[in-house]
Amino acid sequence: MNGAREALAGDPLFAGLSGTELDLIAAAARPVRLGARERVLREGDPARGCWLIHSGCVALDLAVPGRGQVVVQTLGRGDVLGWSWLVPPYHWQFGAVTVQPTTMTELDTAQLQAVAEQDPRFGYTLTLALFGALALRLQATRARLLDLYRVPDGQP
Amino acid sequence: MASPDRTGAREPMLPVPYQVTSRQAETHDSVTLRLDPLGERLPMAQPGQFSMLAVPRIGEVAISASGVPQPGEASLEHTIRAVGAVSRALHDARPGTVLGVRGPFGTTWDLPSAAGRDLVIVAGGVGLAPLRPVILGALAERDTYRRVCLVAGARTPAEFLFRRELDAWACHPDLEVDLTIDQPSAGWNGQVGFVTEPLARLRLDPRRTTAFLCGPEPMMRFCAQGLLRKGIAAGDIRLSLERNMQCGIGLCGHCQLGPILVCRDGPVVGYALAGPLLSIGEL
Amino acid sequence: MTAPQPAGPVVITRDGLDGLVEALISDGYQVIGPTVRDSAIVLSELDSAGALPAGWGVETGPGLYRLRRRDDAAVFAHSAGPGTWKQFLHPPRRQLWSTDADGGYQPAQTPAPRYAFLGVRGCDLAAIRILGRVLGEGAHPDGAFTRTRQALFVVAVNCTEPGGVCFCASMGTGPAAGPGYDLALTEQSDESGHWFVAEAGTAEGERILAKVPQRSASVAEKEEAKADVSEAAQRMGRAMPPVDLPALIRESVASSHWEDVASRCLTCGNCTMVCPTCFCTTTEDVSDLTGDHAERWQHWASCFELDFSFMHGGSVRQSGASRYRQWFSHKLGTWHEQFGSSGCVGCGRCIAWCPVGIDITEEAARLAGVDPDPGQDPA
Repeated sequence: MNGAREALAGDPLFAGLSGTELDLIAAAARPVRLGARERVLREGDPARGCWLIHSGCVALDLAVPGRGQVVVQTLGRGDVLGWSWLVPPYHWQFGAVTVQPTTMTELDTAQLQAVAEQDPRFGYTLTLALFGALALRLQATRARLLDLYRVPDGQP
Repeated sequence: MASPDRTGAREPMLPVPYQVTSRQAETHDSVTLRLDPLGERLPMAQPGQFSMLAVPRIGEVAISASGVPQPGEASLEHTIRAVGAVSRALHDARPGTVLGVRGPFGTTWDLPSAAGRDLVIVAGGVGLAPLRPVILGALAERDTYRRVCLVAGARTPAEFLFRRELDAWACHPDLEVDLTIDQPSAGWNGQVGFVTEPLARLRLDPRRTTAFLCGPEPMMRFCAQGLLRKGIAAGDIRLSLERNMQCGIGLCGHCQLGPILVCRDGPVVGYALAGPLLSIGEL
Repeated sequence: MTAPQPAGPVVITRDGLDGLVEALISDGYQVIGPTVRDSAIVLSELDSAGALPAGWGVETGPGLYRLRRRDDAAVFAHSAGPGTWKQFLHPPRRQLWSTDADGGYQPAQTPAPRYAFLGVRGCDLAAIRILGRVLGEGAHPDGAFTRTRQALFVVAVNCTEPGGVCFCASMGTGPAAGPGYDLALTEQSDESGHWFVAEAGTAEGERILAKVPQRSASVAEKEEAKADVSEAAQRMGRAMPPVDLPALIRESVASSHWEDVASRCLTCGNCTMVCPTCFCTTTEDVSDLTGDHAERWQHWASCFELDFSFMHGGSVRQSGASRYRQWFSHKLGTWHEQFGSSGCVGCGRCIAWCPVGIDITEEAARLAGVDPDPGQDPA
């Protein structure tokens, strides 16, 4: 899967991985091409797979009674889509739908987990890479929680 | 008439009357005012500089220039958000109102020093106002710069400043524009996320990138860290800082941030100097 | 304004000092000097040298200032009074401008005073030089300050009577008066009499001195005056530790020391009021009831005020620890980067007038991890 291997090598997410480790991931990877407004994940479905986005835009959404499908986050090039395959109860907590035509690499997470069982060192490196992406997402989410752009209270 | 000071310049604490000649509402709490001199003209503010705007009987605040000097014109352009007594009075000022202006003061974004480089302009909330002169300056001499990338964040779609211009810039063939909102908002088909996220997605060449950041301090800190992660040098990251200002001319002491007087050594400060200072609580 | 070959030091008598004050007054100067009032030695306009605090000295220490009777009639043998010369050069309240219904801004019509300061010790003379750099040498000098200072006549005194809180010697500002005086006096008082060794530093100083009965000082008199001053340098109440303070302060930004001081500091701001170099101000807009006439005033401010650093809904420096750190770090540290020298002249006023007796030299020593210098006999 030469194209997938190249796409992975060029992704900053996997900058710390060795050639062999990239090969292992590439073996579980396949390219995905979607048009606009195509649903990638449905909230509540069993969580299988994760995606590295190369181009386009994907919206994470949630059904909120009275507000319909609320988009809580959009993702683009360089972002990882899908964490719940690692976390019990292994169901998607949010939905995901493309906003524009989008290209991604889909990873067979069941296969990757099987490899990780046999090769804990690989599992650790892969998890660390994903963890880094998650940490930045959390930092950005916390920054949004601060509501920094609001009008400050308590005036002179 | 005010007696000149040692440099032969006018008395810097004495405002000059300027009249509001146009008032453009930007959002529910922000307006852009165009001010024209009634007599005496002040030097034009360069991108990054600020003026002290006075509302008689109420007070005076430091507001960055949000426009660029136009050849043959003496108008000043300032975008003001109503957050306190003085800024609310400025926000409410109708055309014909006479305000007092002092300035321009402070350091500039020094856009010319980034000639031949890629510009990354990151604005958070009303931080877009002091950065608008950078965008306008780059557009006015587009060939002088390589890529020009704008990342602008706002709370909700309705809170973007310069909405019409932003839409035009988003369609401009020579500008890369990412707009993003913090709060999920119905009817918005654009990006949702903190400004650091579209910023992280930009593929930048650290050897030829200069970044200009303006917004709440935590936002600028996060963005600067994100740029450093991309290999961009601290010396190539410029921030616009803010502190309590009473005089704007380095005499009252209020705007100190460690060794810096923000009115004199800022508001535009390089991240190499500003970064360590901003990371100290209550400095 | 260079003096043509000034004559050497002369001796003037105590009556001669009266004559000096008279000469200044008749020359149109407003003479400001020390005088006793409200159980302290304060700076005030003098109509004659008779108002000087003859025979009064002070006892000073951390949180302590007391007048005490001396057994002579010395007039300059005191220190660390609550007022400083800055109140005349940089007034506590000053109008900046006014505006009326027509919308124009009128600068305040305050006449530039012509002061003669009588009795400026080395520390205070250094403070005047420092204020000159801060307020007069930036890109936007304070015009009122500059005009007042240009018209100023300074009679300095070389100090022979250091006080319990004094540390000018370790700050390099005294006890001898540095440059910047028109006249310098060294007071001499013993069983043989009461006189002053006087020296002009400028042409204007020469001119005024010439009006006072005088005779050349003998070699012995000159030597003794010098010796008294050098000897005073050995009798300082305390000393600033000889460390690189700006570097120490930069490294100490996260020190627990600040919380320690904060447990004692009341953030009352006395130190900033009595400090001869603290210059911070705040502007205030006032108007009459009709709203037609408005004025902007400028008044002294203190970085200890809770809203000094107010911005966007709250102050940047809210805790007492951060505010004390700001004052200390600015005075002894960042002042160097901002204005090219230390902001502290070693006058010790902040120590005497602190209600809880916080000693800036002791805090510096603690920060540096050295033993505080206990100093010589406190005065």
